[in-house]
Amino acid sequence: MSTLSIVYVVLFYAATLLLIAGLARKILQYSRSPAPLKIPTTPAPTTTSGVAYRMAKEVVLFESLFKSSKWTWIFGWMFHFGMLLVLVRHLRYFVADVPVWLAAMQPFGKYAAFMMVAGLAGLWARRFLVDRVRYISTLSDHLMLALLMGIGISGALMTFVAHTDIIALKMFALGLVRLAPQPVPGDPVLLAHLAMVALLMIIFPISKLLHAPGVFFSPTRNQADNPRERRHLADWAAQLEK
Amino acid sequence: MAAAPDFEVAKLTGEITVPKLREGAMAGIKSFKANEKMQEALGFPGELVEDWHDRAIGKMGELLKKYRSLQVFMDACVHCGACTDKCHYYLGTSDPKNMPVARQELMRQVYRRYFTFAGKYFPKLVGAKDLSKEILDDWYSYYYQCSECRRCSVYCPYGIDTAEITMAGREILDSVGIGQKYTNEILGKLHRIGNNLGLPGPAILDTLEGLEEDVLEDTGIPVKFPLDVEGAEVLLVTPSADFFSEPHVESLIGYAKVFHAAGISWTLSTKASEAGNFGMFIGSYENMRKAALRIREAALDLGVKRVVVGECGHAWRVAYSFWNTLTGVGAGAPEDDEFARKLQAQLDHSVPQPAHICEFTHDLLTRGVIKADKSKNDHRVITFHDSCNVSRGSRMGDTPGGQFTIPREVIMMVANNYQDMAPGTTHEATFCCGGGGGLLTDDLMQVRVKGAQPRMEAFKDVVDNNKVNFLALICAICKAQFTKVLPYYGYKMDMVGGVHQLVATAIELPGLGAGPVEADEAEAEAAADE
Ligand code: HEM
Ligand code: HEM
Ligand code: SF4
Ligand code: SF4
Repeated sequence: MSTLSIVYVVLFYAATLLLIAGLARKILQYSRSPAPLKIPTTPAPTTTSGVAYRMAKEVVLFESLFKSSKWTWIFGWMFHFGMLLVLVRHLRYFVADVPVWLAAMQPFGKYAAFMMVAGLAGLWARRFLVDRVRYISTLSDHLMLALLMGIGISGALMTFVAHTDIIALKMFALGLVRLAPQPVPGDPVLLAHLAMVALLMIIFPISKLLHAPGVFFSPTRNQADNPRERRHLADWAAQLEK
Repeated sequence: MAAAPDFEVAKLTGEITVPKLREGAMAGIKSFKANEKMQEALGFPGELVEDWHDRAIGKMGELLKKYRSLQVFMDACVHCGACTDKCHYYLGTSDPKNMPVARQELMRQVYRRYFTFAGKYFPKLVGAKDLSKEILDDWYSYYYQCSECRRCSVYCPYGIDTAEITMAGREILDSVGIGQKYTNEILGKLHRIGNNLGLPGPAILDTLEGLEEDVLEDTGIPVKFPLDVEGAEVLLVTPSADFFSEPHVESLIGYAKVFHAAGISWTLSTKASEAGNFGMFIGSYENMRKAALRIREAALDLGVKRVVVGECGHAWRVAYSFWNTLTGVGAGAPEDDEFARKLQAQLDHSVPQPAHICEFTHDLLTRGVIKADKSKNDHRVITFHDSCNVSRGSRMGDTPGGQFTIPREVIMMVANNYQDMAPGTTHEATFCCGGGGGLLTDDLMQVRVKGAQPRMEAFKDVVDNNKVNFLALICAICKAQFTKVLPYYGYKMDMVGGVHQLVATAIELPGLGAGPVEADEAEAEAAADE
């Protein structure tokens, strides 16, 4: 195998490892840290199933964001939902036999790239145009958007402009999955796409992308509003009663 | 009114607009700091400790481990900006550091530097900074320009609650010896004497006797204001301002009339003569617990069956959301939980424990146990201000949102003219009065007046268009804040009053000698009617 292929194989294994270990560490940290007081933002559901419904609305519809800023909501939702479709479509590189439903969504799925990129563009524009958002934006906020934009545009280039060798790519991807590495195709656009994806995976657990697991652990959203009915006591707080 | 303020007061337009930001607009504004005595009374160092840097970072690490909220909130923010125009202090001052995310960022920049990979190795990239005296200074300014009202948490897609971060910020400051005079002095009084005003037992007794005379004179009816009565059915815990301040005391009269008319025995307590709990404001679990334990002790000593809480916003949040945890006032403790069981065995669980006075009165009015003559309030056109802690940190009744419907229904059962303020300024979207969370002090007048602006705009709208002349409240801080701030905006302070002041005006008291209607009797009647 060429040096280039070795670099990409090592890069992807390392990125996957860092992503999984990093996320596992964070999720463990969140689930182990106590929430000593009942602090749901009320009005809040009083039951666990109610909480699940509230959370589903937050994750799928971005309900709170909808209440606060319609523009951010539209762009944010376009970006995330577009990205989700794109990622589902990408599954075909990693499974040997593509199931019917996955094959059926391919033609629609590819336009999701535009949704994703347009959403990102809108979000990025806000960082320049709205004085309050400009004030709070850091360099890393811009770079994060640039990175995702880069991934989206390089992907769309391959889909709509300069087609890449999908068979070779699929062999490379399946090789990674089967722990039997295969050479990476030499298409520069694909190489750029893959390098940026690896970078995204590496920074995921050490950046604000932690909002994805974080939202599920947010006590203001995931607690049931039942403090009068049930006594809620953290271990460290119980020690004070001893 | 404090003639000619030394800051500019906006001219109201009746509409809330988002200002362009003006950096540093409120940078110099700081409340007075606590002295050594006040600090030490709460278990904090008396002055800035020499190793403040290490201690502050150590404390932050400790809090990150103790509070999931802080840990998740530090990580999760994506700087989306959705919260930037949601804080009344930003809307009123246009200082960008009063935008919730920027207020959080004051802590997050330090968190990143010491607790994250990116901040340790690429500080510039993510805006991480070493903790410095300047940063502590900024913390002191801006964590005491947040009323912990939680409005931002309603709008953040991850529910990030800046109040949690403000509390942590204040606790870290306290732990290195920087405390705020207003909050810490009052909390010290509560620990030492039993209430925020520092009223000793005899002074309370004296006031209550005076009130009995006043009510007798006004109505001819001997309404009682019992204190420390063992074996009473209800322990009423109310903010101590209700004993002394106007218009608070009018609501206290209202509670007493409700108990009298319903014929339910009740008592106040010298030990639990304060519903307020400023321990929450400074994020100190230990101090909050210590203050709340007074209520537990009073309930046990007096052997009451019910605990009812008077009109106070943050007090109701602490009572509703935290008392069960802190003291066992509540229900549902597991069998091996002796501490909570001891108290819960004594309480009557056919009613909510603790109950808000509005829940209590609402129940009596709907069941027809007490009656009101609405026309007595016909000279008033009333609007209701949802207090932030009640709206976003608690509930009343048994369905979500009861905290909005129950007080409104109480008002409408005792008065004919009611008008809500504009949507987007009520219910969970309510704007803070501007004086909550430990800011109700004259040294923060500018913050208070400017922070009240969004609420005042909505108020102006209903005054101009609906002839509203009464701002009904269920919070001692709101009452004190609005009586002070209304005049800055050209309104009379006597437009402000409590919901139970309205109840007091309209409630029908059983005539002299007739004795109170028995609760059971009225219920039997109501049942017979059906
Ligand atoms: C549970 C899954 C997720 C939820 C509920 C979620 C939700 C949100 C919300 C509500 C926002 C704020 C609005 C906006 O700016 O779009 C946001 C921002 C963002 N999300 Fe997610 N997200 C999730 C997963 C992801 C993933 C997997 C990625 C990354 C690849 C990602 C990347 C981003 C980025 C970069 C921003 C900031 C956009 C900006 O700069 O304005 N999110 N997310
Ligand atoms: C190991 C992971 C990945 C591989 C092997 C990969 C590979 C590819 C390939 C070969 C294409 C061209 C498809 C075609 O010509 O039909 C493509 C397109 C695309 N990729 Fe990726 N990609 C990966 C991860 C990602 C990620 C994480 C994102 C988004 C955050 C992304 C976003 C896109 C987009 C938007 C397109 C264009 C639309 C489409 O064809 O679906 N890719 N990718
Ligand atoms: S809690 Fe209230 S005062 Fe504090 S930042 Fe949020 S909106 Fe502003
Ligand atoms: S709304 Fe939440 S995530 Fe967005 S900037 Fe504000 S605190 Fe951060």
